[in-house]
Amino acid sequence: MSRIERAEQRTALTFVAPALLWTLAFFLVPFAAMVLLSLAHLEGREVVQAYDLGNYVKIFTDPSLLKGIFVSLEITMTVTVISVLLAWPLAWIIATQVPPKYQRLAIMLAVLPFWTSYVVRSYAWALVLGQNGVLMQGMIGIGLLDAPIQIMATRTATIIGFVHFFVMLLTLTIYANLIQLSPNYARAAADLGASGWQTLRLVILPLTLPGIMTGAFLTFVLCIGDYITPQILGGNNELSMPQLIMLQLGRRGDFPMASALSVVLMALVTLAYAATARWLKMDRV
Amino acid sequence: MRALSYAYLVAIFAFIFLPVVVLVLFSFQAGRLPVPPFDGPSLKWYAEVLADRGLMEALRNSLFVALISSTIALTLGFLAAQGLARVHLPGSVIMRGLLIAPMTVSYLIIALGLLSMFNVIGVRPSLWATGVGHVVINLPLCFAILFAAMGDHQKNAERAARDLGASELQVVALVTAPMLKPALLAAFFLSVTFSWDEFIIAFLLTRFDVTLPVEIWSMLRSGLSPATNAIGSLVFLVSIAILIILELTVFRKPKS
Repeated sequence: MSRIERAEQRTALTFVAPALLWTLAFFLVPFAAMVLLSLAHLEGREVVQAYDLGNYVKIFTDPSLLKGIFVSLEITMTVTVISVLLAWPLAWIIATQVPPKYQRLAIMLAVLPFWTSYVVRSYAWALVLGQNGVLMQGMIGIGLLDAPIQIMATRTATIIGFVHFFVMLLTLTIYANLIQLSPNYARAAADLGASGWQTLRLVILPLTLPGIMTGAFLTFVLCIGDYITPQILGGNNELSMPQLIMLQLGRRGDFPMASALSVVLMALVTLAYAATARWLKMDRV
Repeated sequence: MRALSYAYLVAIFAFIFLPVVVLVLFSFQAGRLPVPPFDGPSLKWYAEVLADRGLMEALRNSLFVALISSTIALTLGFLAAQGLARVHLPGSVIMRGLLIAPMTVSYLIIALGLLSMFNVIGVRPSLWATGVGHVVINLPLCFAILFAAMGDHQKNAERAARDLGASELQVVALVTAPMLKPALLAAFFLSVTFSWDEFIIAFLLTRFDVTLPVEIWSMLRSGLSPATNAIGSLVFLVSIAILIILELTVFRKPKS
């Protein structure tokens, strides 16, 4: 290695160092502190370090805590599947049926509600879905319902609120994938005798797997870690993991248990990453 | 096929717009509850939120945190991308992995980690603590966007500038930054947006001075009110206005 190259390397390292130090000090170290804390216990109001797995044992044996894991997983899986099913046709229609001139406008409209604040968006769904809300009153008005049905403060409301947000996100990742595909794929399939439906199902759909999986992974991460939507829309009948974590922090001040739940949450996300990693483009940035 | 497509578009756009329309419509409600029947239009709730000291203070706090944290995230992300894109460093894959790792971690976990650490070293919750958290979530974003935007042509231009005697600072300020202007702006505005809208980190890491999402959250606890619609609509309309201005000025594609 020449002297110039080594000097260049040294300069490059000084450029990277501040960002690395920031990530180390405010991401890795806090994370390690949290893992350590998860091995401690709350005795009275004091946190006592025990270096044991008591909190984890409790998470997997206490029914109310264990249920949180299942509630979160069920909601997140449902949301991810429904969002993909709704977003794919939308992205495909915008990429292939809408004239190119208007595609940018269509995408901007599709993500318009993104520009409301996240908290406010969940609140807006509470207005729509409530007993006296627009949806129930509207359906009673046109004779579809006799009396309002309970959607607010149920899992359905949480799922609707989540799907609304993640359809926007998935439309973006799938659309970005679709417009990069060469039209030659469809032409070649047609030349080989495939019908329009066959081309869509056997050629185009598999080619959009990277876009679907990137979006699905982001959906999983953001959905399973979100406190706002289940708290505002889902009520307190069943608690998701973030709600349980906040409950430990708030009412009981049980930092060790909150930390242990967070580590479990983190492990679930890592599993999701492992399951989708082969399609993700994120490691190629 | 086309008719079916447009029917689907109409249906899904109705779903996407429904809460926004309801939000904005009932911000003009004259009565005390933001539910049908609509009895406006009235601007009284806008007058109320604009006169609300706490809310306006929170709005200023949010802007302050967003601008400062985004500036730091952009600077750190830019330098890191510059360093890693230019020469091959031993361990560069690990460094890149470490830099984007926070992207795959829930904000709640980042917040809890920082809270635990700040507790141990005795840092009190504040807007500054929140800002630190916001840099953590936005640094990977800025780094990824800028790293992806750096290419060979730019490396060559930098090399030429260096050959002509430019100092390292001059190269960055006069060659690299102007060449990357669109990516820099995109990264900055995305960071501002995420910081501005972020709730859980701000909720756990602030105490007396809070940001706007936290203030709105505490409004929600007193039940449904058109005042919440009004502040939500205001934030939405301002965001859209800024977006349109950016679209028409900064991000407009040069006509060929």
